[in-house]
Amino acid sequence: MKIHEYQAKSLFKEAGVPVPEAYPAFTVEEAVEAAEKLGGDLFVVKAQIHAGGRGKGGGVKLARSVEEVKDVAAQILGMNLITHQTGPGGKEVNRLLIEEGIAIARELYASIVLDRSVEKYVFMVSIEGGVEIEKVAAETPERIHKEWIHPELGLTSYQARNLAYALQLEGEQVKSGIRSLTALWKAFEKWDCSLAEINPLVVTESDEVMALDAKMNFDDNALFRHGNIAEMRDLSEELPSETEASSHNLNYIKLDGNVGCMVNGAGLAMSTMDIIKLSGGEPANFLDVGGVASADTVAKGFKIILSDSGVKSILINIFGGIVRCDRVAQGVIDALSTIEVKVPVVVRLEGTNATEAADILENSPLDFIVAASLKDGAEKAVEAAS
Amino acid sequence: MAILVNEETRLLVQGLTGKEGSFHTDQMIEYGTTVVGGVTPGKGGQEHLGVPIFNTVAAAVAETGANTSVIFVPPRFASDAIMEAADSGVSMIVCITEGVPATDMVKVKNFLGKTSTTLVGPNCPGVISPGKAKIGIMPAFIHRPGGIGVISRSGTLTYEAVYQLTELGIGQSTCIGIGGDPIIGSTFVDLLVQFAEDDETEGVVLIGEIGGSAEEEAADWITSNQFGKPVVAFIAGQTAPPGRRMGHAGAIIAGGKGTASEKMKALKAAGITVVDSPAEIGIAMKKKLEDGKR
Repeated sequence: MKIHEYQAKSLFKEAGVPVPEAYPAFTVEEAVEAAEKLGGDLFVVKAQIHAGGRGKGGGVKLARSVEEVKDVAAQILGMNLITHQTGPGGKEVNRLLIEEGIAIARELYASIVLDRSVEKYVFMVSIEGGVEIEKVAAETPERIHKEWIHPELGLTSYQARNLAYALQLEGEQVKSGIRSLTALWKAFEKWDCSLAEINPLVVTESDEVMALDAKMNFDDNALFRHGNIAEMRDLSEELPSETEASSHNLNYIKLDGNVGCMVNGAGLAMSTMDIIKLSGGEPANFLDVGGVASADTVAKGFKIILSDSGVKSILINIFGGIVRCDRVAQGVIDALSTIEVKVPVVVRLEGTNATEAADILENSPLDFIVAASLKDGAEKAVEAAS
Repeated sequence: MAILVNEETRLLVQGLTGKEGSFHTDQMIEYGTTVVGGVTPGKGGQEHLGVPIFNTVAAAVAETGANTSVIFVPPRFASDAIMEAADSGVSMIVCITEGVPATDMVKVKNFLGKTSTTLVGPNCPGVISPGKAKIGIMPAFIHRPGGIGVISRSGTLTYEAVYQLTELGIGQSTCIGIGGDPIIGSTFVDLLVQFAEDDETEGVVLIGEIGGSAEEEAADWITSNQFGKPVVAFIAGQTAPPGRRMGHAGAIIAGGKGTASEKMKALKAAGITVVDSPAEIGIAMKKKLEDGKR
């Protein structure tokens, strides 16, 4: 799960990672109030969307007075912000963060992610702040310093010092850096993050090491123990069809093709997309209906797939293991009698009781295309879509 | 021979009295797996499906001589269940549970590193050595005894591949679903090591997917250890968009890494037959075996 910068910064503050003083704002009036509360003569108005590259897209602007904050906030709120991470469609800005301006001496980088190959979390820092870390990793990997965190000990003091000195901190900055970086690890651990990234992490002119930006992603599997984090989910950042699917425990991801697919199991769902593409079509979605493909889940799956007007045919690919194919076939028939499906439906059922399932489909008055194999199903669905 | 599970397996089921645990224990017993006990704290002394239930794994092992455990407990208790089993001297653990937090698995893997216990999963269908024993939730009837080892990060896609093999008359020595999470017990490499030493295994099917680098590591291992048995591989997610978790927690292209094309390239470079289509896994292995006989 992703959250906004302002939400991540509130968690940082709670954990002891220094952040600039700031207030979120949902309207221009709130932005003005925020600026008045902050005082001073330099403000940063930041669009809050779940994507990076906001500055380049025009979603982060400086303001030198409350009046300017008002103008800039009015510009950014409601704008369609397009960055390299939003895709060409962009994202509408509904929230702002109004922040005090900070006198910056240096821009650095810090992040923590899971290193799957060694099964440990890795703390990465770089003196190259403010730029894309993937670029640094590709071009000047020696400028990224890594410390792997011990599963039982956590980030040790010597590792925190290693990180601070790798960032070329000096004098009072060292202590501040160690405190900030240690606090970042504590926050990561406390809330079961899958990613924590500060870009840029800055050294202020008063030698404080501070998070000017904040990104935190969370392990969905651990949300059960963090109710406060789950509440931060912003549904307006997600596609309604994907939110709807997740509320029924269906796993749906919308894509740009025209062949909808409904599959049991994530690996089989991905491979069904692949074979649609190999058969000359484009998959319209990923949809894993889980192990039990009942009439109810199949009906919900149809509704979600059909909410995408680009879908021209649907391929149902179920491998019946524990779930019996004849039950699935009946489920498909029941679902189609409750909702109207105007596009051709290709059904491929294999596994337990597949023969009985084929009989049920053949004898149904409803109009299906029955497929004999995975390849046959994909080809028929692609043909039906064109 | 087969690997990991066989006629010697004496199985304990952690979470046997739950809905999933009951259903699948029944199926495992029906297949002929020797289930010697169940563990559900608070239900010790009872009997379920004709199997004695214990409060702790330690007590169950002491009483029954169990050497293997399968875990069906909810995700929040799963990591503790794995460590309990390992601490009780069980040599093989299969964790079926889906949704175990990654931080828990980091700790579990560190813990297991100090033991000699083998873990398969979590978030996996389990392990079956056809005709010998089944530990997990896979449909048994699609398998038949034979010489092909199957290692897969997926569930139903594994069934699809096994079904293709069986339909072509090719049996399996052992099929392992290693799980779809970012951190799992046994990896492709761990199991290739065992298949290399298993006389019964004539060839291996590898089913990978996007995310991580386990397939690349398998390719490296196959190259550097001159694994002589034929290998056919398929990678799911060739059409998956970057940055999206494709159902499995571990199936995600992050920072441009973990793409299907990178993995397919690495496997091909190791001399492995990589099929583009999931419908061609079985036929590709059949061809490999026939070529080998010429």
